Amino acid sequence: MNWAAILLSLELAFVVSIILLAVGLPIAYWLAHSRWRWKFFAEAVVALPLVLPPTVLGFYVLVAFGSRSPLGRWWESLFGSTLPFTFQGLVVASVLYSLPFAVQPFAAAFTAVDPKLLQASSVLGVGRTQTFLRVTLPLSTAGVVTGFVLSFAHTLGEFGVVLMVGGNIPGVTRTASIDIYDQVQALDYSAANQTALVLLAFSFVILSLVYGLNRKARFQWPIRDGRS
Amino acid sequence: MNAPPQGILTARIRKDFPAARSRGFCLDVELAVPPGVTILFGPSGAGKTTILDCIAGLTGPDAGHIALGDQVLFDSAAGIRVPAERRRIGYVFQSLALFPHLSVQRNVEYGLGRISEAERGQRVQELLEAFRIAPLAERRPAQISGGEGQRVALARALLTEPRALLLDEPLAALDLATKAHIIDDLRAWNARRRIPVLYVTHSQREAFALGERMIAIDEGRILAQGSPHEVLKMPEHETMAQIAGFENIFDATVTAVNESYGTMTCRLARSSVDLEVPHTRFAVRAAVRIAIRAGDILLAAAPPKLLSARNVIHGRIASLEQTGTRVVAQVQSDGAEFLADLTPGARDALGLAPGREAWLVIKSHSCFLLQKAEAQEG
Repeated sequence: MNWAAILLSLELAFVVSIILLAVGLPIAYWLAHSRWRWKFFAEAVVALPLVLPPTVLGFYVLVAFGSRSPLGRWWESLFGSTLPFTFQGLVVASVLYSLPFAVQPFAAAFTAVDPKLLQASSVLGVGRTQTFLRVTLPLSTAGVVTGFVLSFAHTLGEFGVVLMVGGNIPGVTRTASIDIYDQVQALDYSAANQTALVLLAFSFVILSLVYGLNRKARFQWPIRDGRS
Repeated sequence: MNAPPQGILTARIRKDFPAARSRGFCLDVELAVPPGVTILFGPSGAGKTTILDCIAGLTGPDAGHIALGDQVLFDSAAGIRVPAERRRIGYVFQSLALFPHLSVQRNVEYGLGRISEAERGQRVQELLEAFRIAPLAERRPAQISGGEGQRVALARALLTEPRALLLDEPLAALDLATKAHIIDDLRAWNARRRIPVLYVTHSQREAFALGERMIAIDEGRILAQGSPHEVLKMPEHETMAQIAGFENIFDATVTAVNESYGTMTCRLARSSVDLEVPHTRFAVRAAVRIAIRAGDILLAAAPPKLLSARNVIHGRIASLEQTGTRVVAQVQSDGAEFLADLTPGARDALGLAPGREAWLVIKSHSCFLLQKAEAQEG
């Protein structure tokens, strides 16, 4: 079993879900409360990774951050190297790829909070940010944990995007799912089986946790899978 | 923080409801709420909650001006709209909206800004005691009764020392005695502060029991303002009569005017019953509408004598219906039908039953002359 690959996967998943917590909460808040008439476009964009083949997403990330694009050159001027085939590249691509798995449960939980409670908070003299921290967020704990755990699990299991953007560099971008692919290609089925079993067990535990948590939660979140 | 300066709450609100446009619903009111308890009274859908939402800043009028004392909270012409969280207006919703994840104590102190722990503790304790919820401090909203919840919501609104208080049928689910109790506690709290309190209800009994002043509205318009007694006793509009609970409304024709006695005689339509009513500007042969409350009609089992009441009408009991401790007698008299209130005790003592003869006794001043619906403007 390749522990280096599994640890790399865990590290990637952890970094990505932390970033998604920071990025996803404001997006979800906006989606839950905005009355903008074209909001559905934003919702569609957020949900895109659910249906797109990972290769499509990976392809666009490659192009967008390649050394020939302005974005790629800007990144290169900041960090000295382009994004593709680095760990940072994997993080950026995975954040995009797992976005709906964080944002949708967050937004569903925020929407489920009784708007009267938010009004009560504002007539008690409490502003929007404080209301979010003191009312919305505590009442959305289950949804926030769900989003965090799902984006973690989803990143852990991704394959196509990682292959497109990261290549297959041991210790840098060779994650567990790619390692399994390599082992199968090398006909080393027992090694593949060990790594696969670890991922399987891990994913099962995580999803059981999510469903167990949602048993008592007041919102429903349909689990759709865009994984390929 | 000292007691806030007292001020009159004034509001001029115009708001269209696009979804209700087919019904042509448009809220258009102008009201003033002085310190003390004012009842905002009207049927469901009259626009009461919208008025409160506009005053609290939860929704904006299309046009108008809202001020508390000398501070302008909203002015469409000047483009002023103070956000809800900076208006310092307490608002208790019908649903209460207690924070389910916080204890009673945390709910009550929610609106306190950053003040010292000691002062906070003292103020919270004072209010918990004033509203008799101190023993519940550690419980969650799900673990207390409806009446206790109302007290918590009130205490929570009052802790921020609001400069005005809005109550949207917050006590709707409670019996009148409990309600009166809570309102007494509220009055005691407000005795020192004298802030304007606007209390919404659609119950006539509540309006009488609780308010010092009253504003009656219907269909987005103000019908009357004044003391509850004035507003409910002197209805000028028929819609007002209906919401104010006049069970008896008759079409009638003026047959004689006795100016020296200050009365007029009216013949009820499709009957030979005459009623003596207070003299008003109507002339002989004018068509009028007469309203009488069921509670203002006395019922006698034998012909009464030597009464000051000018109207004694002979009839027969058609039915007796009891709801709670109130019995409503339906009495038929020569083509006219009257509803009269009595107690179960009176019914039993007099041996009243359907089919029995009865005499209705009505004072002239219990008969109210209404403007007819078609004469009513907008």
